[in-house]
Amino acid sequence: MSHAQRPLSPHLQIYKPQLTTVLSIVHRATGIALAAGTILLVWWLLAAAIGPDAFATAQAFWFSWIGRLMLFGWTWSLMYHLCNGLRHLAWDAGWGFELKQAYLSGWIVVTASVVLTVVAWVAGYAVRG
Amino acid sequence: MNEDTRLRTPLGRAVGLGSAKEGVAHWWAQRVTAVALVPLVIWFVIDIIALTGSPRGAVVAWLHAPFPAIATVLLLIAVFYHMALGLQVVIEDYVHSEWLKISAIVLNKLVAFALAAAGIFAVLRIAFQG
Repeated sequence: MSHAQRPLSPHLQIYKPQLTTVLSIVHRATGIALAAGTILLVWWLLAAAIGPDAFATAQAFWFSWIGRLMLFGWTWSLMYHLCNGLRHLAWDAGWGFELKQAYLSGWIVVTASVVLTVVAWVAGYAVRG
Repeated sequence: MNEDTRLRTPLGRAVGLGSAKEGVAHWWAQRVTAVALVPLVIWFVIDIIALTGSPRGAVVAWLHAPFPAIATVLLLIAVFYHMALGLQVVIEDYVHSEWLKISAIVLNKLVAFALAAAGIFAVLRIAFQG
C-alpha cells in the first residue's frame, strides 16, 4: 500500500515565486540562521563570565572579517525575523489579510529590515569610534 | 450544528485537542514567546550596540546591574523556548522518517535546554561574582 504509485500534488517549484511566498520562506530561513547564531551568543556570554583571556578571544573573532560578516548576516536576519514576526502577530490578530495589505506590509518589512540593519551598524561603528 | 455532521466523539469535543492530539499549545507558546521577545530583543540590541568594542569590564558591569541581568535571563528563556518550537516545526515539515524525526525533535529540545542553561549560568555568574 505504502509503495503505490499514486499521483502527487505539485510541489513548490511548480509555482511562480511571489513576494508573499518568498517572505514566508525567508522568515523560516532567518529563524534557522538565528538558531545557529544563538551558539555564538552563548559563547560570548560564557567568555565574558570566564575571564579576560576567553573574552579577548571571542572579541577578536567578532572583529575579524568573518566574524563581522556573520554578525552582519545575523543582524539582518534578526531585524527581518522581528519585523516579519510582528506582521505574523498582526495576522494572528486578524489584521491585514487583504491581498493589497499583505503586499504593502511585506514591502514595509523588507524596507524596515534593511533600514534597521544599516542603522544598527552605523550606530555600532559610531560607538566604537 | 446538526447531530449527523458531528464526526468527533463527545470526549474528543470536550478535550478539544483535535487530530494532532496536542491542541493549540505549541502554536500558542510560539506566539507568547514571540510577544515577549519583541521588547526584549529591541532592548538587547540597543544595549549590545552601546557595548560595541567595549572591554570585558564594561560587559561585566552591565550584567552586574539587576535590570540587564534579569532581562538577559528572560531573553535567553524566551529565545530558546521560541527556537525549540520553531525548529521543531521545521523538523516536522522536512524529516519524514519517523525515528529520525523523533530523534531530531528530542535532540533539538536537549540542545535548546543545554544552550539556555549555559547562557543563564554565564549571566548569573557575572551578576553575582563580577
